[in-house]
Amino acid sequence: MKRQLLSGPYLLWMAIFTIIPLVIVLYYAFTDSITGAFTLKNIASLGTYLPIFLRSVWLSLLSSVICLVVGYPVAWTIAQAKPNHQRFFYLLVMLPMCISFLLRTLAWVSLLEDTGIINQLLSRIGIGPLKLMRNSGAVILGMVYNYLPYMIMPLYTVIMKIDPRLVEAAQDLGCDSAQVFRKVTLPLSVPGIVSGVTMVFVPAVSTFYISQKLGGTGSTLIGDVIESQFKAAYNPNLGAALSLALMVLVLICVAVMNRFTGDDESVATL
Amino acid sequence: MNRFLRVLGSALLLACLILGLATPGSAAKEQVTINVYNWGQYISDGTDGYIDVNAEFEKETGIKVNYITFDSNETMYTKLKTGGSSYDVIIPSDYMIARLIEEDMLLPLNYDNIPNAEYVMPAYRGMAHDPQDTYSIPYTWGCTGIIYNTKYVDEADVGSWDLLWNEKYSGKILMFDNPRDAFGVAEFYLGYDLNTTNEQELQACAELLKKQKPLVQDYFMDQMYSALEHEEAWIGVYYAGDFIQMQWENEALAFCFPREGFNLFVDSLCIPKSCQNKDAAEAYINFLCRPDICGQNLDYLGYSAPIEGATEYMDEEMAANPIAYPDEATLARGRAFLNLPAKTNQKMDSLWLEVKTGGSSNKTLIYGLIIAAVIVILLVVLMVTRKNKLKKRRSMYQK
Repeated sequence: MKRQLLSGPYLLWMAIFTIIPLVIVLYYAFTDSITGAFTLKNIASLGTYLPIFLRSVWLSLLSSVICLVVGYPVAWTIAQAKPNHQRFFYLLVMLPMCISFLLRTLAWVSLLEDTGIINQLLSRIGIGPLKLMRNSGAVILGMVYNYLPYMIMPLYTVIMKIDPRLVEAAQDLGCDSAQVFRKVTLPLSVPGIVSGVTMVFVPAVSTFYISQKLGGTGSTLIGDVIESQFKAAYNPNLGAALSLALMVLVLICVAVMNRFTGDDESVATL
Repeated sequence: MNRFLRVLGSALLLACLILGLATPGSAAKEQVTINVYNWGQYISDGTDGYIDVNAEFEKETGIKVNYITFDSNETMYTKLKTGGSSYDVIIPSDYMIARLIEEDMLLPLNYDNIPNAEYVMPAYRGMAHDPQDTYSIPYTWGCTGIIYNTKYVDEADVGSWDLLWNEKYSGKILMFDNPRDAFGVAEFYLGYDLNTTNEQELQACAELLKKQKPLVQDYFMDQMYSALEHEEAWIGVYYAGDFIQMQWENEALAFCFPREGFNLFVDSLCIPKSCQNKDAAEAYINFLCRPDICGQNLDYLGYSAPIEGATEYMDEEMAANPIAYPDEATLARGRAFLNLPAKTNQKMDSLWLEVKTGGSSNKTLIYGLIIAAVIVILLVVLMVTRKNKLKKRRSMYQK
């Protein structure tokens, strides 16, 4: 009885700020923007935005993979360092997050634009202005830059907890360092990889600010479309339908990724 | 019993919380505050020694101004429509005022509280969007046109809207980021009526805008200031008043009234239905209509004054600026926006979304295939590893 009461505040919070809004999103997604009558029009029109959905998924998958490739060695190195060094490195990873996300993205704009800092330096040594932003590459760069800490943190926590005796045992049993990594460290860090990829993928797939600032006119993401429907076009119904589709998409992706954990953990404990 | 007390306790706490939230409103009674919702960069705020209009108003009347900005008529409309926030004075453009009137979102003005309305020039009274002047009093007027950088743009290419479709300047062109203004440009270029409701014509405009898209650096509103001033972009389509401010920062910028015609707009002061303090709002409107305030305000803004005698309070150069006050022959090419039927607005919105989101559909198939391949590979890997594990376990048990 008492324990149930303890979870009461959170349940109330969730009901007010998660369940009810979800119901409202559902309601809007299935009603007409002018008459307010029930309609499947919004859901039916989702097909038109398939290219944008795919583009969003593609760019955020790519940046998740890049984050993983870049972030794993960093997390591993931090986990191997001395404890007080660890804290310092960890702080370095976290430091950019103390500055507003919007500001950090804007800073990239002034670095990359045609009259930006990098191009000005390049023109000094005689290299003409390069097209560094307003393309998909710049959007991926923005995503990797902004979400990399979300990859490093769970990886670091998981790698740090790996029992060094397991590594020693593998070495005793004749594994070289590549085998140790492949057979012991990597399987044991799968939960970190999965939560890292999820934590990068989910915000990246719904982002709109990064693509607006760093992307060109042809690299609109689904987040941009949703934002425009709520901000200027006053068509919350289409916006709600799009968010609903995005939510389903994210849930599917997360479910697929979660299949990779669980089982491997039980193997590891064997 | 215990449970009853707990429930009672939490109910009391909740009641205290609600009361606590409610009290600041009553405490602030002496200090009247009005929420003014205006375009960004659209009031003199004390920069460079010019008048700080809101501070001046606060000093004179003791009414506090809470000043909030929007970046397009459509954004403002959405904010009003979604509710949740109350504004006392808003400053939309002509066609939007007509739409707000039609949807019954404005309050009629009490002219007893706005004696300075007598200074409004006859040309700006009883305009099509508000024939009886029941709901609005003009704040400024102006034109849209093309801003270009004389350092990079060949003077021979200037003069028509086709400059915005000139491939020579690909990647250096900025376009309006709102459907009405963007479609307006296309309508002038194609020679259509500015207020057309013909869906085929709108479709043709959308096609034209799609054709322009690869040349466009970005769709901007007030971000145009910085992009044009520091020469990141060379050509932009924006409002004449804003051009005058930009030119102070970068003298290489020039303005062109395109020969096909251009939008002539009036932005007016209105009071929305969510107004909390109508008397104070009317005092604010009255203040802005005073010739000296209007003159000093627009001296900074660069927009044109609809108030009689306002130009006397401006810098002479500004009062004679041919961009802010073009000659009759130029003005004759100007056309005003009217409110469109809801159906046309919706059509335009969805076409605009199509323009902004379409484009690189040729890559769709590739993206789709790659994503599908990634998922299939992941699933195969998953199944193979599972089978291997099962085999291993079985062989372990058999041994």
